[in-house]
Amino acid sequence: MSSASLLAAINGALAEALEEDDSVVVYGEDVGVNGGVFQATAGLQQRFGARRCFDSPLAESALVGTAVGMAMAGLKPVVEIQFSGFVWPAFNQIVCHAARTRNRSRGALTLPLVIRMPYGGNLKALEHHVESMEATFAHVPGLKVVIPSTPHDAKGLLLGAIRDPDPVIYMEPKRSYHSPQQEIPQAPYALPLGRARVERRGDAVTLIAYGAMMREARAAAAHLTGQGIAVELIDLRTIYPYDCETVLSSVRKTGRVVVVHEGPRSFGVAAELIALVTEELFMYLNAPPRRVTGNDAVIPLPAAEHYYFVTAEHVVDAVRETVEF
Amino acid sequence: MSALLQLLAPDGAVTPVSEYAGYEMSDEQLQSAYHYMVNARAADEWAFSLNRQGRLGTYPPATGQEANSVGAMMALRDDDWLVPTYRELGALLVRGVPLKQFYLYWLGNEHGSAYERELYHLTPIVLPIGSQLPHAVGLAFAERYQGSDRIAIAFVGEGGTSEGDFHEALNFAGVWRTGTIFFVQNNQYAISVHRDQQTASASIAQKAAAYGFEGIQVDGNDVTAVYAATAAAAAKARAGGGPTLIEGVTYRIGPHTTSDDPSRYRTVEEAATWKNRDPIVRLQKLLQRKGLMDEAQLRSVVAAARARARSEFDAVEQFERPSLEDTFRYVYAEMPELMRRQMAERRRRLERTGT
Repeated sequence: MSSASLLAAINGALAEALEEDDSVVVYGEDVGVNGGVFQATAGLQQRFGARRCFDSPLAESALVGTAVGMAMAGLKPVVEIQFSGFVWPAFNQIVCHAARTRNRSRGALTLPLVIRMPYGGNLKALEHHVESMEATFAHVPGLKVVIPSTPHDAKGLLLGAIRDPDPVIYMEPKRSYHSPQQEIPQAPYALPLGRARVERRGDAVTLIAYGAMMREARAAAAHLTGQGIAVELIDLRTIYPYDCETVLSSVRKTGRVVVVHEGPRSFGVAAELIALVTEELFMYLNAPPRRVTGNDAVIPLPAAEHYYFVTAEHVVDAVRETVEF
Repeated sequence: MSALLQLLAPDGAVTPVSEYAGYEMSDEQLQSAYHYMVNARAADEWAFSLNRQGRLGTYPPATGQEANSVGAMMALRDDDWLVPTYRELGALLVRGVPLKQFYLYWLGNEHGSAYERELYHLTPIVLPIGSQLPHAVGLAFAERYQGSDRIAIAFVGEGGTSEGDFHEALNFAGVWRTGTIFFVQNNQYAISVHRDQQTASASIAQKAAAYGFEGIQVDGNDVTAVYAATAAAAAKARAGGGPTLIEGVTYRIGPHTTSDDPSRYRTVEEAATWKNRDPIVRLQKLLQRKGLMDEAQLRSVVAAARARARSEFDAVEQFERPSLEDTFRYVYAEMPELMRRQMAERRRRLERTGT
């Protein structure tokens, strides 16, 4: 065991994937010599050579499009989109090809590839450097969407994603890149995709979050538990295919649910989870489900971004409303 | 920029070009090309007719473009990667795809695109324009990475050269020096938009210069020129010399698809001019000049191809319809629980409502 940040855990997972499987290649804009603008690939080119970890020209569509071709021929490419807000030029490749090739070819061609991207804001960052678009990707059949919140999960889920036979969008909460740190095993380990993690047990209310919002959710859950409200906190970890069984079994027990995410509210992840809960557990619910999310507004530039982002206080307030209903 | 490469004139006369010495088609290859081109033409014409009979949905005819499709593929190895467009029937036939499978796809069944990887080295037919080109860069990259000398060829229309992915793919291929051949079927029209409205470049081929590699413009109705240009590009690619852009100048004799009416945007006279340059007629003249096939033999190949198209289509027309499970099964390696639940619900609705 050693103490690691989420960023170090990602770097470690990439190194282990390169170490264990020669078919893994890591590339993207600035990932080679520079080690990535956030240093997620730092040292990989020095250690594994430019054959395994290298720079690509600055063009997101061909970055993903070449990865589709490489995966068709048997490689396991792991590509980096520098900021999730710049992924859109690659959207056609992701939606029309990465997501569809297995189905289109009836399984003759499969695409084990991972598209990594830092996401999320509340960092006083520039426009297009703060988006959370997991719901958009989750709405595309054929994609898996994974978002870790801890160093331990970041490493295990990235190795799980690289070993997965299907394309995975791996979104990294860049606000949590450096803290908190966590003790994680130094040996390689893969976590299965599609499984949520119950981080705190409780029977009063189910609180679901993931990625960067786990920080606010954790703080809220700790505060509420101290006030005698036993929160069950679930880290969803995989957005699609999400762990419906863990969600349902928790809400069946608590009868109350609050979902937190950073992206816009309408048609978001919370909407989907609450629709599932309402369809399946209507008679178990003791209060209306609540969403604590970003707004259906363009994320403001830093001067007004606090009107967009969710705080732990918002989460506490929404949970109280639910419990006191 | 080099001039248009032509080795075989419309009257069947051959003019060798020293730069391409060693890349001539053998007598056997010429006869083989004729078989492929005629089979592609016959299957294409039958598909058009089937559409008008109401037995086949929308179909994009490739008539007139067979020399590009067949000549290029005959210059490659059977295990080189083929990244086609939706208008490359000739290329698929050279690759060994059963006509049945091709028809199955156009009948609306994904099993028509289930080309086993090690057997075909072929990517499925895709309909978005130009976005298949980066795949051919990745395929060639991966083959070299894995120590193989397989290369990749990707087809695209001249309209597709306006897409961003065309430029991104050529740029990546140039920087990474991948063994990729970009083959542009310049058939003059992207649905109704003429080539002159797609680009101000004097040729499509010259665009390669901007990406640091060679572009060559060939007479796309001369199968021997297409073969020579592609064979030279393949030899270069296999030796590590990087990509080549080939522009095969041809004409789409038919409509864009069975739903299109070309009389709205081009003249009958223009189409007639190009019919006189028919790549199959030109090859027939060469085969006769060389004494390889006589009139009766040429005709019997056509008759056999027409019969084959009918029997292959008949064999798949009554193909068993896919099941509900089939539409869920291939999205992921393992079906997620969420999809299992949806499938069960859909099954229940189907049983209760019959729809």
